[in-house]
Parts: sequence; structure tokens; C-alpha cells
Amino acid sequence: MATTRTIKLRVNGADYEGTAEVRKTLVDFLREDLGLTGTNVGCEHGVCGACTILMNGETVRSCIMLAAQADGAELMTVEGLAKPSGELHPIQEAFREKHGLQCGFCTPGFLMTTYELLSKHPDADEEEIKEWLSGHLCRCTGYQDILESVKLAASRLRNS
Amino acid sequence: MKPARFEYYDPRNLQEALEILHAHPDDGKILAGGQSLMPLLNMRLARPKIIVDINRIEGLNYVKATGTGVAIGANARQRALQTERLIGERLVVLREAGSFIAHPQICSRGTICGSLAHADPAAELPALAVALDAELVATGPNAARAIPAGGFFQSYFTTALQPDEILTEARFPAPPEDMAWSILEVSRRHGDFALVGIVAGLAVERERPVINRARLVYFGVGATPMRVNAAEALLIGQAPGEDAFDAAAQVAGQEIDPSNDIHATAEYRRAVAATLTRRALRAAMEKLKAN
Repeated sequence: MATTRTIKLRVNGADYEGTAEVRKTLVDFLREDLGLTGTNVGCEHGVCGACTILMNGETVRSCIMLAAQADGAELMTVEGLAKPSGELHPIQEAFREKHGLQCGFCTPGFLMTTYELLSKHPDADEEEIKEWLSGHLCRCTGYQDILESVKLAASRLRNS
Repeated sequence: MKPARFEYYDPRNLQEALEILHAHPDDGKILAGGQSLMPLLNMRLARPKIIVDINRIEGLNYVKATGTGVAIGANARQRALQTERLIGERLVVLREAGSFIAHPQICSRGTICGSLAHADPAAELPALAVALDAELVATGPNAARAIPAGGFFQSYFTTALQPDEILTEARFPAPPEDMAWSILEVSRRHGDFALVGIVAGLAVERERPVINRARLVYFGVGATPMRVNAAEALLIGQAPGEDAFDAAAQVAGQEIDPSNDIHATAEYRRAVAATLTRRALRAAMEKLKAN
């Protein structure tokens, strides 16, 4: 039985291929093998949400998936938000303006959840936003500014 | 905080998965949504030698109609509770439960059958399976058998599944039309595991205001989901109202078997269970009136 796997997948629209031990988690594969270090590793047991990415359009915890399970998948990470020119995504702009981050460790996860939420529920009300954000921990902001950031992003995306 | 070494199999069909499990009766572990297993692997609280990933098996990701009920395949995600039309039509209480179960980022991977097979006593789905008389289909290398949910959950994280069986389908019959259901829980954070939770069902006679059927199943209060027959019996034949609900609540608070842990004392859990009983019965009654 092979203890490594060749993994082919798309991340932020680009094709990648790598070989990883079968026990390697997806977040470690993204960071160590693909060099995509925007996604952070926090608790490593699915609680804190820092490692949240999109897989086939849905947010998942990349610390509690194996890299091998993402073979053939389409992923989006925080690196996929801004334009190649460096112009920030409206969600990122909103987080900057409303101080939706301080140390920034949790931010990649919050951004990806906000991305899925506003893609699917552009009219999400405050309760819905809280429900989605409740899957993330932030130790700096007290959450209120994150909530305000998401609301601002939602209104801008609706009007764009 | 990285998993120990294991051999990894991700077969494309069920028979292959069953054969691998059968060949490794003591060392195999099934990986479905992974939202409970992967944390255990990362923390090395579990160190199985063989991982059988069932995610790539064709034909197990479904929610389909069976008679008047619903059958849920092994790879159906917890998000299906919110998104599948059939569940909204036939098992409203499962949809309501969906709002208590984990966070969207977990429900995208976590499976309904996986939660049942994991059998965390604080989880919602096992209690729902018991309350709604679900049957759980265990498929082994040679045969499949349907296990009533009431006999499926044996202790903490322990079920009637054999090491070479896979929980391939959960069958929920449609609840009787005259019954109304309510699920409630108290947890530290919305989406976290419950400190105490309840699934309550209630039916009242058509001609007069007398309760003729009741279901009270608690979670987070013992080794398995706990149906409290003594409290149900107190409701039968009574007028639906605060007096009857109070009496049932008090007995339920005594009959459950909660433990002290870092999250709450046993005494607190008993008090919460009693309060939730009153609230859930009131909520079920309101639904009966609305119908």
C-alpha cells in the first residue's frame, strides 16, 4: 500500500499537482507543498475556523480533511480573492474599512465564509450572518466589527 | 498534532470497502465526513492502522422518498437537512434540527449517517433517530440488516454496528400526521454540542383536549439518547397544558442520568432538561393548534 499519493487539483483557477503522504492534511498540503500560505492553521481540530477554504463552492475546514480527499477538487483560498493586480476584493475592502481584523490570524477563514455566504445569500440578514460567522473564532475584535464588515460588503456587492 | 501513519483506501464501490474492513476487523476505521474522526486523528486520540474513506463510493449521496418516509444515504451531508425539499416536506423537525447541528463549514462535509454511527450522546441526530423510530441499515460483507434506532445506540460512541459493517442508510418513517414535534437545546455557543437537548412529540385526541401520544427523548444527559417513558406516561390522558407539562418536566429531570463535567454540573443539566421539557411541549402544542 502506497503511503503517498499524487494529488491533482485546481486552486484559485490554476492547476496544481503534488505528492503527499496520505496522512497529510489539506491545509498542510496547501501551505507546505503548494506554497499557498495565506490559509492559516489554528486549532487543527475543526473548531477555530482559521483554515476555512472553499471546496467545490462550499466552505470546509482544510485542517480536518486529508489532502488526498481533495484530489480532483476545485478549491478557492484567500489568495483567490484579490485581483492579480493586487486590487482587493470588496469583502477585503470592507474588512479593512470597518476594522474587521486586528492581528489578522483568523481573517482568511472569515473572508472565505463571507465569500460563500454572500455568493449564495446576498441578502443575508444579521441573524444569518451571525449564524455563518459562528463557525469562526476571533480573539481580537469582539466580532462586532467583523459583523459590520460583512454587512458593508453585502451592501456593496448588492449594489455593484 | 498530525495524524499517526495509516494505510489509506478510497474505494469506488461499496463491496470493495466492505472487503477491506472485513480483512482488518480490529484496525479499520471508516472515514465519511471526517468532522469527528479527523480531529481525533490529528490529536492522536485515535490511531487506526487502516482508513477506509467512503467518500468516493458512487451512489451513497442521496435523500430519497421511501413510502411516506425518507431514506438518507451514507454520504449525504448535513447540509442536506436544510437544502433537500423532501426533508422540509416530510420531516420538518429534521430541518429544524439542522439549525442546531454544527456550523455551515462543518455541515458541508459532515454526514448524517456519520453522526449516527459516531454516536456522540450530545449530538442531535441520534436523539432524532430514536424519537422518530428510524431504522439504520448496517451493510456487511454478506448481508444488510435494518437496526431500530432504539437498539442501535449502546453507550458513549458505541453502536450495534459490527467492525465490518457500514451504516449505509438511515430510514426515517414519516411521523404520524397528528403528531407535532419540537427540538430544543442549550449549548454554550450556537452550533456547539448541546449541554442538554430534547426532541418532543405530542398528539392530542381529535374530539377532546386530551393527550393521547407523547415522545420525550433527551440528549447530552447520559451515555446514549435517552427516551423517558415515565415522563411520557404522565402526559397520556391529561389535558395539554402547564400542569401536565410541569409534571412530565419534573419526572424527566429526575429520570435522566447526566454527568458533571467542565461544561456543566449534573444538577444544572437536570434543571435545564426540565425547563426544556416545558418549552418543547408548549412549542409542540402551539404547532398542533396551528395545524
